[in-house]
Amino acid sequence: MTTYAAPINDMQFVMHELAGLDEVAQLPGYEDVSPDLVDSVLEGAATFAAEVWGPLNQSGDAEGLKWHDGEVTMPKGFIEAYHQFIESGWNGLRFDPAFGGQGLPKLVDTAVMEMWNASNMAFSMAPLLTQGAIEALFLRGSEAQKQTYLHKMVSGEWTGTMNLTEPQAGSDLALIRSKAIPDGDQYRIHGQKIFISFGEHDLTDNIVHLVLARTPTAPEGVKGISLFLVPKFLVNADGSLGSRNDVRCVSIEHKLGIHASPTAVLAFGDGPGAIGYLIGEENRGLEYMFIMMNEARFGVGVQGLSVADRAYQQAVSAAKDRVQGKEAGAPKGPSVPIIRHPDVRRMLMSMKSRVEAMRALVYVVAAMIDKAHRHADDGQRAQAHAGVDLLIPILKGWCTETGIDVASTGVQIHGGMGFIEETGAAQHLRDARITSIYEGTTGIQANDLVGRKVLRDGGRSMRALIAQIEGVAEELGRAPSADADALRIRLSEGAQALSDATTWILATGAKDLNAVLAGAVPFLHLCGVVCGGWQMARAALVAQRKAVSGDGDMDFYRAKIATARFFADQDLSRAPGLREATIHAAASTMALAEDQF
Amino acid sequence: MKILVAVKRVVDYNVKVRVKSDGTGVDIANVKMSMNPFDEIAVEEAVRLKEKGVATEVIVVSCGVAQCQETLRTAMAIGADRAILVDTAEELQPLAVAKLLKAIVEAEVPGLVMLGKQAIDDDCNQTGQMLAALLDRPQATFASKIELVEGHLLVTREIDGGMETLRLVLPAVVTADLRLNEPRYVTLPNIMKAKKKPLRTLKPADLGVDLTPRIKTLKVSEPPRRSAGIKVPDVATLVSKLKSEAKVI
Repeated sequence: MTTYAAPINDMQFVMHELAGLDEVAQLPGYEDVSPDLVDSVLEGAATFAAEVWGPLNQSGDAEGLKWHDGEVTMPKGFIEAYHQFIESGWNGLRFDPAFGGQGLPKLVDTAVMEMWNASNMAFSMAPLLTQGAIEALFLRGSEAQKQTYLHKMVSGEWTGTMNLTEPQAGSDLALIRSKAIPDGDQYRIHGQKIFISFGEHDLTDNIVHLVLARTPTAPEGVKGISLFLVPKFLVNADGSLGSRNDVRCVSIEHKLGIHASPTAVLAFGDGPGAIGYLIGEENRGLEYMFIMMNEARFGVGVQGLSVADRAYQQAVSAAKDRVQGKEAGAPKGPSVPIIRHPDVRRMLMSMKSRVEAMRALVYVVAAMIDKAHRHADDGQRAQAHAGVDLLIPILKGWCTETGIDVASTGVQIHGGMGFIEETGAAQHLRDARITSIYEGTTGIQANDLVGRKVLRDGGRSMRALIAQIEGVAEELGRAPSADADALRIRLSEGAQALSDATTWILATGAKDLNAVLAGAVPFLHLCGVVCGGWQMARAALVAQRKAVSGDGDMDFYRAKIATARFFADQDLSRAPGLREATIHAAASTMALAEDQF
Repeated sequence: MKILVAVKRVVDYNVKVRVKSDGTGVDIANVKMSMNPFDEIAVEEAVRLKEKGVATEVIVVSCGVAQCQETLRTAMAIGADRAILVDTAEELQPLAVAKLLKAIVEAEVPGLVMLGKQAIDDDCNQTGQMLAALLDRPQATFASKIELVEGHLLVTREIDGGMETLRLVLPAVVTADLRLNEPRYVTLPNIMKAKKKPLRTLKPADLGVDLTPRIKTLKVSEPPRRSAGIKVPDVATLVSKLKSEAKVI
């Protein structure tokens, strides 16, 4: 396996030129976020990712986890690396300084999260889950709960988990059966939870579980679910650890990927009942979960981008090293590295262009999240919010599916060696595979996109997005170059395809919801390639402007323009086909009777 | 005791440098720059001495373009307390840097001045020695261990024959070798704090130093490309080729 080197140049380009770091730095509370500071943060994180997390990626995958009598042992080196991570203060990067965080914007956090995920995706699940739990407690926890738990969770001294899934309740949380019986001012939790990432481990001396369960008087369905805080060890009034709570790790799963991330089956209340504390009000648990859903889905989209970049870096190194065959047109010449062969180039460009398109979209949405939270103007905040709501399912669905594709291409570039585990290329594909499943499968994202994000507001947000994309196409029309012209044609075509498909969804949704849902995933892919093309076109415009002014790294700008062109010709060009797939899916998809399968 | 550490901004050690086509120097446009690794070791040692209570303040100094501020911020993220930049776009040769540092040392009066043993760009390995001479102070170069014992500095240095230990009277000048320590990873809170630490900018004229280069660079060129090796059939041929062609034995 090659070492990971964070692509700081591209990260900086995207943050400054596409995501608008300057504007983010003007938001209330972010006044100290100067470009210099961001550069230092990126460099510090890049070194740490390369030297501490990166070297444990392959060894953690090969060694895996050990479960014994309810305890989970992490792979060699993980405990030391985790402690180094939290002692370096990285866990609290974006959280409130009042709880020991550093209060940096989501945009900066996103670039740093990309590095953690790319260097070691399995490991990065620990801070990812902890951050989700912090968010929930921060937004809905009582003052006493915050004071007791948040400081140690922000520092990373304790990790957090999210306990939603039960064997019968996966995507459909209405079926949750775990019980919460009132017991004085607390509750006793009974039930079984599965798929709990970092539900048990030996990195820290306490774990704070957030658990969905029903109280005895709760109504059926989603409106009867409450959220509880269940610590592995109870916390005494002075903050020290008390007795062991009645929650046990019964087993851990054997998985396709992320082998160093423990996926626990947790049994709550096999004895007297696990002590749990209600977060917020009874029966509003799912609503609280939904507040965090956008950020959780965003986080998984970042994983798609990250693993893709890691796979790309590895493939580049293999393509430069592996000598095989002669250069086309020179049969008597020397054997050459396979990077000289046009089809290998095509594969590398397809990886590079999609990684850069994903990064641009992800960072742009991160900056929108910052605006949605912090902008002083109500209208701007609402507008950013609507944009985020629309783009999250696209980002999550498209970046994870694309991440898997890119990792698969990475295996392909390695040839036979790619299929051999020791090479390390296969791990990225195995690790990436979960991303299109957890935090809502691609199908769920697509349903959310057409149902809640397009049909519900009559296509208003989508029309606004298309108008922005058309604006970029017009700008390309004013930039006189062959590349700009080619980009303009593809982008206009893409915007038109998206517009047509949206019109069809709006016209069809009310009378034939099944038809719309049958085409939902092709529609999501259509949105993905058009959004990716939109961002790459913006990148090309900036690069062209800079190249003309002769200011900066010319090689980088020329490469950016060529990469945008590749994306437009090879990915964005699929938009009209995806429109057809969307509109005509229903004709055949639902045609067979169930017993014909 | 105050410790003053000089740091230089150089092309990052991971970058493969390219010579400018006109042969006037190395192309540093759009190349990643970072702190000279030996200087980083010197900063780390100074900060450790402060953490042990031996030093009271660590001041870092850099001479060069405005972007050296980033290098100084990194040094402050490691733990230095404040920074001084001597801001100039002029070409700086070791003697000029030693003179600038001398002026700053005279103003700050540190008990110990630390530098990296050499910079990885020009590999001069001169500034520390020149500074000690200009200041007329004891020097210990290539330090691999430093200890303050009863007011004296015990410095272990790696020499050809093994390890040599020197006892220095303070104030003194010490240059750091690779094995002195392993610099820490900067922490996020310290990166944030570094931004708020004081950084003073001076001009060479403020220090009354003449920077005029004493040495003229005639030409910079790439090292000759290595040509392909050959296979020899047996040891006898190898020995005869080493004798007659390579003339090394």
